[in-house]
Amino acid sequence: MAEQRPKGISRRDLLRTASVAGAAAAVGQTGSAAQEPGTASARAATYEHLTAEEAELLEAIADHLIPADDNGPGALDAGAVHYIDRSLGGAQSGSRDDYHSGLAAFDRYCRVTRNARFVDLEHTDQISALLDMQTGGASGARVGFLGSSAALFSMLRAHVLHGTFGDPYYGGNRDFIGWKLLGYPGPRVSVTTVDQRRLEAGELEAEYQSAYDWDSFVRSEDAEDA
Amino acid sequence: MRRLPEKDVAVVGLGAAGGVAVLPLAEAGLQVVGLEAGTRLTARDFSPDEIRNNVRAWPFASQKANREIPTVRATSRHPTSRGSTHPMMNGVGGTSLHYWAQSWRLNPWDFKTVSETTRRYGARRIPDGSTVEDWPFGYDELEPWYDKVEWEVGISGQAGNVAGSIHPTGNRFEGPRKRDYPMKALRWNGFLEHMADAARGLGWNPFPGPAAINSEPYQGRSGCRYHGFCDRGGCHVDAKNSTAVTTIPRAEQTGNLEIITRAVATAIEVGGEGRASGVRFIQDGEEYFQPAKSVLLASYTYENVRLLLLSKSRLFPNGLANNHSQVGRHYLSHHQHAPVSALFPFDMHAWYGLPAQGVAIDDWADDNFDHGGLDFVGGGNLWVMSDRKPIQAANMSTFGRVPSWGSAWKAYVKNNADRFHYTYIQRTTLPYESNRLDLDPTSRDPYGLPVIRVTAQFKDNEKAISDFVQDRMVEWYRAAGAVEVQKGGEPNAMPVSTHAYGGTRMGDNPETNVVDRWGFSHEVPNLGVLGASVMGTSGAHNPTLTAQALAWRTADRLAESWSAIAG
Repeated sequence: MAEQRPKGISRRDLLRTASVAGAAAAVGQTGSAAQEPGTASARAATYEHLTAEEAELLEAIADHLIPADDNGPGALDAGAVHYIDRSLGGAQSGSRDDYHSGLAAFDRYCRVTRNARFVDLEHTDQISALLDMQTGGASGARVGFLGSSAALFSMLRAHVLHGTFGDPYYGGNRDFIGWKLLGYPGPRVSVTTVDQRRLEAGELEAEYQSAYDWDSFVRSEDAEDA
Repeated sequence: MRRLPEKDVAVVGLGAAGGVAVLPLAEAGLQVVGLEAGTRLTARDFSPDEIRNNVRAWPFASQKANREIPTVRATSRHPTSRGSTHPMMNGVGGTSLHYWAQSWRLNPWDFKTVSETTRRYGARRIPDGSTVEDWPFGYDELEPWYDKVEWEVGISGQAGNVAGSIHPTGNRFEGPRKRDYPMKALRWNGFLEHMADAARGLGWNPFPGPAAINSEPYQGRSGCRYHGFCDRGGCHVDAKNSTAVTTIPRAEQTGNLEIITRAVATAIEVGGEGRASGVRFIQDGEEYFQPAKSVLLASYTYENVRLLLLSKSRLFPNGLANNHSQVGRHYLSHHQHAPVSALFPFDMHAWYGLPAQGVAIDDWADDNFDHGGLDFVGGGNLWVMSDRKPIQAANMSTFGRVPSWGSAWKAYVKNNADRFHYTYIQRTTLPYESNRLDLDPTSRDPYGLPVIRVTAQFKDNEKAISDFVQDRMVEWYRAAGAVEVQKGGEPNAMPVSTHAYGGTRMGDNPETNVVDRWGFSHEVPNLGVLGASVMGTSGAHNPTLTAQALAWRTADRLAESWSAIAG
């Protein structure tokens, strides 16, 4: 979990490690990313469509959007960036250019306005930079956003939510983190009147699984592509 | 081009409308071919998967309809834009495979909007620029076909007016029906009971809405399982009464219906006497001609209009059945915008259910209330439903209380994901001279054929209705104890819609209508048009049941008057 890092090691350091690991994975090396499961570096090693730098930046952004905190694990733990990476090879392949150019433009924006890459900024500066992206203000800086930076932010937020709260079949919502956060009692194929009454009485047990753990459904083609 | 053996009737499109019309035709012994651009889907295709159904809009993706998405502009002076998805799908059963399945009759007032408005408020109450006409017949004429569809397709609901006898637990404002629904209404959950109580406290008349969904086993298929993936999802137990599981298989069992899937119709051909002679279509890159003695055009409103406009010939140089320049006119899409959302101080337990399961209020619909002191005609149906999925829930409004991300947002959705609600409101929308469909001058589909261009905007009457019924909804939410209530805005241009009407309007006057009172072209007597494109008014309720009743009626007419129409 993101908040279980050893004392004295900053998130930035962890993300740097992740970057190296991602780069190693990108050139086909394995082993160097062998860290504890669930660390940023272990996650980074598995990306296929995002570059190491993009993955590092996207992880840092996702960690701001839905952070791990007192209310439980967040988007990183749920594997939201992993979900996005997979989708870029399938259903969202049309968004690849938006990711490549958008993330690069945002990093340039951070260097131009705050003299550092996003991942190297202080936490409060990261938040202000994200707000600039969200409001559309960042695209005024002519650092290469294809459209409004607000459109990029909307896309990133939407995809992070999909990867946190969607069916785990697509690579996100690991350990049903998103569903547990919302109090969703899980997908079912039948909810009887008695089930509904028990839900309303607080007595319905949550049941978590992917739709495709039922063998009665044809698997989604776009997920197999991903 | 390969010429196929002639059939009696070619039906273009096997969705909600074409899918019911094939049954009376096949049962009458006519040889029918259904040309369907999509394929067949089954219950195994309908997984409980929000990513697939709602985020990635499966199974709309890669569909024929998606290659011909209409362009949109508010008026001829506004810029034109084009969206990325078409709201309807192709497939045997069409959009009835995955629609919400709300199956309403129109109110009697909707058939007689002009005469009833004039009688009660004076002719000047009809908004300037509106081309609205009374339908060529009243509610009573269509009642037998409403009844037929309700029982043959299978509708659950609570009757409010059986032969003039008012049932207070149903819709007291509905027109008289000869008998009850074949199935009881879908159940209510605790939150819906709570909303109904609040409405009664206001002196209103809440009732469960009608749905083409089995509330109990019907015709050998299961009752609804309320699992929560009905919105944009087909039914995994065939409890949603799409034409794919009701009328189409029964028509096939007669041996008189042949279905050709993956058939993309490109034109309706006419013979020397100006009669429809058949349909050209493309299947897997091969071009075919399907000759037929009669053609029923039953794709969606946009494609009905497009196919007619594309079917040009010496006798119909401006498109088939368009020598009076009425094809594409009198277009409207339902005003379903300007929503109202609310936050309650308690969990609603709304994770399971379906959009067709809910509480309706018709006190503010149509002419069910006195418009004497108001500046508009028509009204809206308020619909409170039980529909919640995780991604949708996480995207809830935060009512300006917290940012849309970060720890504060996360805490907010954790506490409130099951406390958010939004209302679906459908409002009367009238046709206007300046709202219309035509062929886009630049955007084309992969065959090089122009797509439809929508030029339409909501006018003052629709905006006044919208404001009025939004305020009623705010009242209802407040009465039910909502701690936050928020009114949403409306678009300037009418967006591409699942409730698109007109373009081939039905009426006795050929100068202002494309089809006659039976649904056949004034200009091409053996060409019928099915679907909401023949409807001249929307009312405040979903169009499908009316489109199906009209389609069944047109098919009955064709079978009964076969030699006069097709001979």
